[in-house]
Amino acid sequence: MNKRIGERTLYFPSRPSVHGFYSVVGEKESQGPLKDWFDLSIGEGHFGEDSWEKAESKLMETAALGAINRAGLTPEQIQCFLGGDLLNQCISANYASRSLQIPFLGLYGACSTMAESLIAGSVFVDGSFGDYALCATSSHFCSAERQFRFPLEYGGQRPPTAQWTVTGSGACVLSSQGNGPSITHATIGKVVDAGITDLNNMGAAMAPAACDTLITFFKDTKTAPKDYDMIFTGDLGEIGKKLLHQLLQDQNFGAVDNLEDCGCLIFDNETQDTHAGGSGCGCSASVLNSYILKKMQKKELKKILFMATGALMSPTISMQGESIPGIAHLIQLEN
Amino acid sequence: MMHYLNAFIFGGFLCAIAQLLIDFTKMTPARILVLYVTAGVVLTFLGLYNPLVERFGAGATVPLTGFGNALANGVIKGIGEKGLLGVISGGLTACAAGISAAIFFGYLFALIFSSKEK
Amino acid sequence: MKNFSEKNYQKLVSQHEKSPWLKNIFWAFTVGGLICVLGEFILTYAKNMGLPKEDAGCVTSMTLIFFSGLFTGLGIFDKLAKHAGAGTIVPITGFANAVVSPAMEFKSEGFILGVGAKMFVVAGPVIVYGVSSSIICGLIYYLVKGGMPL
Repeated sequence: MNKRIGERTLYFPSRPSVHGFYSVVGEKESQGPLKDWFDLSIGEGHFGEDSWEKAESKLMETAALGAINRAGLTPEQIQCFLGGDLLNQCISANYASRSLQIPFLGLYGACSTMAESLIAGSVFVDGSFGDYALCATSSHFCSAERQFRFPLEYGGQRPPTAQWTVTGSGACVLSSQGNGPSITHATIGKVVDAGITDLNNMGAAMAPAACDTLITFFKDTKTAPKDYDMIFTGDLGEIGKKLLHQLLQDQNFGAVDNLEDCGCLIFDNETQDTHAGGSGCGCSASVLNSYILKKMQKKELKKILFMATGALMSPTISMQGESIPGIAHLIQLEN
Repeated sequence: MMHYLNAFIFGGFLCAIAQLLIDFTKMTPARILVLYVTAGVVLTFLGLYNPLVERFGAGATVPLTGFGNALANGVIKGIGEKGLLGVISGGLTACAAGISAAIFFGYLFALIFSSKEK
Repeated sequence: MKNFSEKNYQKLVSQHEKSPWLKNIFWAFTVGGLICVLGEFILTYAKNMGLPKEDAGCVTSMTLIFFSGLFTGLGIFDKLAKHAGAGTIVPITGFANAVVSPAMEFKSEGFILGVGAKMFVVAGPVIVYGVSSSIICGLIYYLVKGGMPL
């Protein structure tokens, strides 16, 4: 059976459904506009650990166990864990899976990893390789700053285009049975590089990739933006969102008014001083596994697109003069 | 009192120029600091910076151009005292206090404090 | 994507990159100036205590380095620097912050390869280029003046 439509959109006849989901966030996120939607706030960022990296790993482990628990399962019943984060060698996911003891595939797609893991998980479940797959990603402001930018106490100035890495993790269990929100389609993104070199403007680096994936999906499925209750982009931030709107207009899609961005939803720049909005794999993961999926459970949203975007930047190759490649993966969720 | 005003104006001026560079050229702070320290060295050897120090006091010595100025003056003094050896030894001799203080206090504060979540 | 050109896109992006430069410059000027006034105050005090000019300069640098290191440790420095920008980066205070902040940050990787090795990861270039340029200029100066004893 051919499970592809159009150029590169996947179609899942068994409709893998979200069996259980869970979100864990840091203190700043738990004071933001979505504060009532998250399952757990960890308070101070160390989360009882002695380093930011260990704290982030614990974040992911907590989210993963929360999702498994919500699904009414135990880790032994999960056949595959698909996880990733922003840190070198994906250490948060690696160390979370050290204690989870679930067959593990580590993923890296920068901030797009949540959608990447859901696509891989859907393929796994739809291909009948197992009944349950666990998808989780995380990020932590402090571990990301020290790896990608400056020490926390360094007195630098963030430009208005900069985004704030979310401290948080989201996890969900996909199952071939069940009647939760189901993943019906997915489009795997291509790397699009528009020549942006500014490490403080991730939104601009990701917007072209987001536009490319989105219009490919509409073409492949012969649908239009108005066919969906909402389109959630990963973490383009305020500037990336504006750029995506403009790019979509250039591609003759007119004004898309049902588009919202997880990076813009999670913080309030006026009171939280987060500049262009949230970013990091934990951003789209925590927003999807709280706000979006809970709204779907309540039937306030029936059919949505979730497209996580990633800026595949590395300080090393940026210093060598390379520009920042962007990527965006998309899934369609239906009740 | 006038010397306080002088220090304020010239020190502020040097910082404002650097801020313009940050905002309009996308130069990273590290590059700007390197530019400033090198400019301080070169201007001192050209005989242009010491008059500024005379006039603006700490306004010219506290910004990083002043670090370059101290290095250069140290080299010039070293050459006067030791000739060619002074070219190498003069600069850091003059700046030893500042650099040693930064290293020692850096270590001390790292012992006492840890980075906090923002 | 059709109708997509990198050049046009980069033009579009630059329209969204307005920085509040007037406000930034005001803060940079004011805070930078005030740090220099503080330096002038210490310098004057040290001179009045009878220290020679060069030693007074050293005392000034060391005092400013101590306090910006302390404020970095207490987690206050970056809050001021967020507004002051170049106003705290350009004075010697910025150099001290650039030394102390990685030393604190990389403590989690140990005292030798963390604190010890990473201390100059941000501020290192200033010393490298300062010292190297002073040696190059010094060499030229030495040759131009000529005839000095070796």
